[in-house]
Amino acid sequence: MSSTPDTHEAATSTGAALALGDDALILSHRLGEWAGSAPVLEEEVALANIALDLLGQARVLLSLVGDEDELAYLREERSFRNVQLVEQPNGDFAHTIARQLYFSTYQHLLYGQLASGDGPFAGLAAKAVKEVAYHRDHAEHWTLRLGDGTTESHERMQRACDALWRYTGELFQPVEGLDVDHAAMESAWLASMTDILGRATLTVPSGPRTGAWAAGAGRQGLHTEPFGRMIAEMQHLHRSHPGATW
Amino acid sequence: MTAVTADTAGTTGVPGVSDAAVAAEQAAHEAVFDAAVAAEERIEPRDWMPEAYRASLVRQIAQHAHSEIIGMQPEANWITRAPSLRRKAILMAKVQDEAGHGLYLYSAAETLGTSRDELLDKLHSGRQKYSSIFNYPTLTWADVGAIGWLVDGAAITNQVPICRCSYGPYARAMVRVCKEESFHQRQGFEALLALSQGTEAQHAMAQDAVDRWWWPSLMMFGPPDDESTHTAQAMAWKIKRHTNDELRQRFVDIAVPQAEALGLTLPDPDLRWNEERGHYDFGAIDWTEFWDVLKGNGPCNDQRLSKRRQAHEDGAWVREAAAAHAEKHKHTGKHGEAQA
Amino acid sequence: MTSDGWPLWEVFVRSRRGLSHTHAGSLHAPDAEMALRNARDLYTRRSEGVSIWVVPSTEITASSPDEKDPFFEPAADKPYRHPTFYDIPEGVKHL
Repeated sequence: MSSTPDTHEAATSTGAALALGDDALILSHRLGEWAGSAPVLEEEVALANIALDLLGQARVLLSLVGDEDELAYLREERSFRNVQLVEQPNGDFAHTIARQLYFSTYQHLLYGQLASGDGPFAGLAAKAVKEVAYHRDHAEHWTLRLGDGTTESHERMQRACDALWRYTGELFQPVEGLDVDHAAMESAWLASMTDILGRATLTVPSGPRTGAWAAGAGRQGLHTEPFGRMIAEMQHLHRSHPGATW
Repeated sequence: MTAVTADTAGTTGVPGVSDAAVAAEQAAHEAVFDAAVAAEERIEPRDWMPEAYRASLVRQIAQHAHSEIIGMQPEANWITRAPSLRRKAILMAKVQDEAGHGLYLYSAAETLGTSRDELLDKLHSGRQKYSSIFNYPTLTWADVGAIGWLVDGAAITNQVPICRCSYGPYARAMVRVCKEESFHQRQGFEALLALSQGTEAQHAMAQDAVDRWWWPSLMMFGPPDDESTHTAQAMAWKIKRHTNDELRQRFVDIAVPQAEALGLTLPDPDLRWNEERGHYDFGAIDWTEFWDVLKGNGPCNDQRLSKRRQAHEDGAWVREAAAAHAEKHKHTGKHGEAQA
Repeated sequence: MTSDGWPLWEVFVRSRRGLSHTHAGSLHAPDAEMALRNARDLYTRRSEGVSIWVVPSTEITASSPDEKDPFFEPAADKPYRHPTFYDIPEGVKHL
């Protein structure tokens, strides 16, 4: 691809910024879909706070690559680099919480590592790691309450954890341009899941953590079917008025 | 001992006390209450208050709270389609504020001895109303701007005087709401301005939205003074500070020059400055539509209410789970993890 | 007062270091930990605070308006508790 080390570094950090930026953008969008439908008013406010933190992260990351709106609104499905986990539909509140638990625990570990390094993402990671620590805490508290609440909530939470488990392997696939120890992150993540799910009286899912498709997954631009509909909705207005300012 | 909230102090009859004595005590309470209201003092939750005052406040605060949470729906309708990330962040923060405002207001109502559950129940069963404006649909992105500019503008005109309402908790909730809402109207105006000055299609979108939202916004101030059943008493109690027509006029006077600044027209051929009155004259409001929408025949009444009910029902298992968890762990307090 | 078994909590926020916590409002939460988090999300989302207290509303004992006179009037006629009660000759400093 590139000829000099400098441009190669720029290209790889662009790819990494896209991967992290798309994760935040897409998860924020999914959380935004909850507006008006949360189980209780207090949770409306909590979910919106998380969504706004993520959208803020996405805007910083995408702006490192180019124009944030062009990137969000004018790319085709195959060009998005987010992991498949974040694009999974909200489902019931248990699914949303399981998705949050899996993702925010990963993101917290990742930004913790990035913040302590001196790479291109150290600055933004130092700010984001505090936001993400709160997201993780929110997900943990809800996991404990749903897992160890009523019989119904326990079953729903277990179902959600099981259903999303197969999307968690992708979180630890190395991303070019991210100078982090993915293997160490993965074992820390697994230890964290064992601890939290255990305290929530839930069983750590035993199924595979990645899909069987050799072509790859979200980081390679291969997404799940609901994602296409999601971005069609997200992009349609912007695309209907080419060149317009809003 | 009683909690500060939900207390109806001093109204229970004491055995052995004559009716005349009870009546005298009642009159003494009323005199203290009336004097406090007249002296612009605030009535606080545990003070004696006439039952009709309490009922009137609960009705008004509940309606206000319901309007905030039903009002999330028409705007949330556009969060997933917001045309730029900046607009998306603004809209999410605004809809979030509305949830917060509903929450502040339900809390104010709870100080009068009515639980949020009871109020939500009345909303869900149609026994309490919310502002009819939210029974209109948001058909295009420009509607988000029009709601911010016109609907929030009208709401702010209504709400600012409530910051001086005689009931302390309601007044304090409104101070917080008004402070937070100051960005809501500005963002709506800004969004409309961008459209108005944008492409031809965007300008048309903005004009269409203003054409549809103008009259319903004027209706937000409620029926004309001579038909308003609650106004006189609410003003005597200083729950309300101005009549519906006064507030409506104030809003029109503010909105007309703003429309000019936007480069958009208001859909009223009778709208013109009246030098003598020092106000804008405006055309007749279609009160038939107002009453019809209020009765349930608006374009979105069923949709708004069923979505609200659905969210509440879908959330029941979550609320139950958290309550069950709290019950299980109330003696330990924590979940077995070491607490620093 | 509960909402589906979620009690009401009173929220107190310290707006910045050096100031007392003041009453910000109330909310519903299933337990203290969630009450604290809900309070953070609701009452400090515009950087209004650096510290939060939450207290179950039922745990607050309040003076009654009926006791207002015996509680508060006796303090009104003791102006000698205030420094302005005392006449000091002009020019005397640090007093």
